[in-house]
Amino acid sequence: MFSYCTDPQTLEGLKWLSCYLTTGKHMSFYLSFGTVLVLLAITAPTALGFGFLGAMAARARFAPFRWIGKSYTAIVRGVPDIAFFLFFVIALDQAFEWMRHKVKCPDWTDPIRQGNDFVVCDAAKLPLSTSPQWVHETYGFFVAVLTFAIVFGAFAANVLYGAMRAVPRAQMETAEAYGMSQRQSFWRIMVPQMWVYALPGLSNLWMILIKATPLLFLLGVEDAVYWAKELGATKTAKFSDYPHTNWHMQYYFGLLVFYLAFTSLSERVFKRISARLSHGQATAAGEAQRKAAA
Amino acid sequence: MKKLILTTAALAVTAGFAMADTVRLGTEGAYAPWNFVNDAGEIDGFERELGDELCKRASLDCTWVKNDWDSIIPNLVSGNYDAIIAGMSITAERDEVIDFTQAYTPPDPSSYVAMSADVNPETAVVAAQAATIQAAFVANNGWTLIEFASPEETVAAVKNGEADAVLADKSFLDTMVGQDGLVMLERMEAIGGGVGMGIRESDGELRAKFDTAIQSMKDDGTLNTLIAKWEVSSQW
Amino acid sequence: MSCLQTIQDYAFRSIGYGERLLPRSDFTLCEQFTLIGSGMIWNIYYGLVAIFFGFFFAVTLAMGKNSHHAYLRKPAEFFIYVFRGSPLFIQFFFAYAVFLSLKQVYPIFQPLTAAWMGATVVLLLNTSAYSAEIFFGALRSIPKGDLEAADAYGIMGLNRFKRITFPTMLRLAWPSYTNEAIFLFHATALVSFSSFPVRGQKGDALYYANYFADKTFNPFVPYPILAGYFIILTLAVITVYGIANRHLNRHLPQEKRKPARIRINLFR
Repeated sequence: MFSYCTDPQTLEGLKWLSCYLTTGKHMSFYLSFGTVLVLLAITAPTALGFGFLGAMAARARFAPFRWIGKSYTAIVRGVPDIAFFLFFVIALDQAFEWMRHKVKCPDWTDPIRQGNDFVVCDAAKLPLSTSPQWVHETYGFFVAVLTFAIVFGAFAANVLYGAMRAVPRAQMETAEAYGMSQRQSFWRIMVPQMWVYALPGLSNLWMILIKATPLLFLLGVEDAVYWAKELGATKTAKFSDYPHTNWHMQYYFGLLVFYLAFTSLSERVFKRISARLSHGQATAAGEAQRKAAA
Repeated sequence: MKKLILTTAALAVTAGFAMADTVRLGTEGAYAPWNFVNDAGEIDGFERELGDELCKRASLDCTWVKNDWDSIIPNLVSGNYDAIIAGMSITAERDEVIDFTQAYTPPDPSSYVAMSADVNPETAVVAAQAATIQAAFVANNGWTLIEFASPEETVAAVKNGEADAVLADKSFLDTMVGQDGLVMLERMEAIGGGVGMGIRESDGELRAKFDTAIQSMKDDGTLNTLIAKWEVSSQW
Repeated sequence: MSCLQTIQDYAFRSIGYGERLLPRSDFTLCEQFTLIGSGMIWNIYYGLVAIFFGFFFAVTLAMGKNSHHAYLRKPAEFFIYVFRGSPLFIQFFFAYAVFLSLKQVYPIFQPLTAAWMGATVVLLLNTSAYSAEIFFGALRSIPKGDLEAADAYGIMGLNRFKRITFPTMLRLAWPSYTNEAIFLFHATALVSFSSFPVRGQKGDALYYANYFADKTFNPFVPYPILAGYFIILTLAVITVYGIANRHLNRHLPQEKRKPARIRINLFR
């Protein structure tokens, strides 16, 4: 990085540190925080989408939909996320490739499962084995997002299902009295009002999601925890220009600060959203706002 | 088997016309000196050099992929990369699930490191990384085993007194001897076979290519030079 | 070997009884079910101990956070903030380091570096922080009228806490507290990924699932088995807490006694 970094053995103190902290490996470490943030930013709305679908399914009048919705939330919520991550990504990847294989190579005669091997035709590979590395990484990232979204979607479905039931019955009855159809009253009355009831649950879910990101490496994404572990491990002079003893303590302390800062920032943001959502609502908080303004 | 040879031959013919194939090599990146991540954040080590050279000789276009050790075989058979080159010993168990090329390093013993040279592993608390051949060895002998998630932690356990000795690959422990008074015991255990590349059983052609390339490196002595440079094992 | 024989050999392997050697080849489904189930003993142990002792600590912390005195409030707030704001695995790491150095100064702390004690302590502190936040929220939402009525009847001090504040707090907090219990049991799966070592191959459920996944190279059997056990455990937790909830609300008129909705109200 800096011009004086060519021979780190001769450096000392701050100069050494400035070189050490700007190695290519450290750059990957810093970038991985970005990866975590991007993953959170994409996963949260996706999981909310899954949750919404799950909650709608659980409320459906058509029984099979209801069963699907309810068993999705019950099963996925019953399993520790770590156990889920250990086999689900490979399963998901194989499912995609199997579907592409059926579409793209209809005249393929060899079995897909050959002993332990899972073999699909070259055109069905995801991503194609000829694609550059960044495509592979993006695909891996996408699968990780999807896995997170499926797991947290189940929790979100549960929260939203509760929130939909918490919207006062009188509101829905009024909508019916105004002649709204089922669909209209759902989208115009229930959906706008349910968020205030869902917010406490959703904000907690967001916090759980943040703290589940250290499991990302199990999904094949190199996150901040992976790099902290790698960088903190003992380095001998033979394999590194910056030999040091075991520095896991220091690196993990950095992670601790990051997570504490990030969760408390999130808490503050949620407080604001909550205040805004409560505005004009028929809840205690909404009532308190009204009184304060009057 | 006959069919395999035929397809290999057919492929050898077509390979002349086709562009170089892209082959993805899976490694762990946390096992110096075999494979590790260097200061620049790239995969480095004995196997990095070896793999690049093998690909050149087999005229393959190779890319490197990092994967967690625990899921390195499931991801291979699932097709996420085409070969494992990660200091993996050839064992009968693994050979049932995947195929191996011929070994590129000879079998090397596992050794013990302790704080004093007179520790007896049979009566001591022996640390090993969980789910390794060394852990299985200690457990099967009925000695007192204590397992840690990473190799680094096993060595740390000896330093802080949680364990009396650690059993691991000699090449790995060689890099640790001398730190904070760690010494290597004289006793060695011959567990594990030579190290080879792991390849899907359905991928006979690729295995043949790498086999040929490894043989050519053995024949002209470059492999021995590489082994000597990285001090990973004894020579051929 | 029959399945019955396998169960005899391995059902209590995780706590050191039965066959010393784990199966090494020709893994049957029965062996996987038995050993992973045997490991569940530890997960249940961690969960139960942490919840039991964590409950009392959590109530204390919640009272502390609700206190008017800064010297009580500030430490409680800080404790809850740190344990709720950081990932569990980092807590495991630092706790192990602290326990190690404690042990070297005072030999009495010897057991803390073993998972059965050390990991339990970390889980206990962790769940206390989460539960304390739930209880704190419940304390704040106790209807004012209830407390005023207590005052009017001359119920004061400890008596008021025992008869009014505490039961009402529990009633209000119960649905969220159920969720916390579920999450805590899930968190016990992280123990074998933590810094705490496993002695003599006596590990928890994930340790054995990992063992089989590593030996068979097939993650699609052991991990779903583990998942199945956890689903059963979760259902059991929901049932037990549901019974407790009915007990807490037994004074309410029948038709108003709605089952507690399991809402996710806390975070890990």
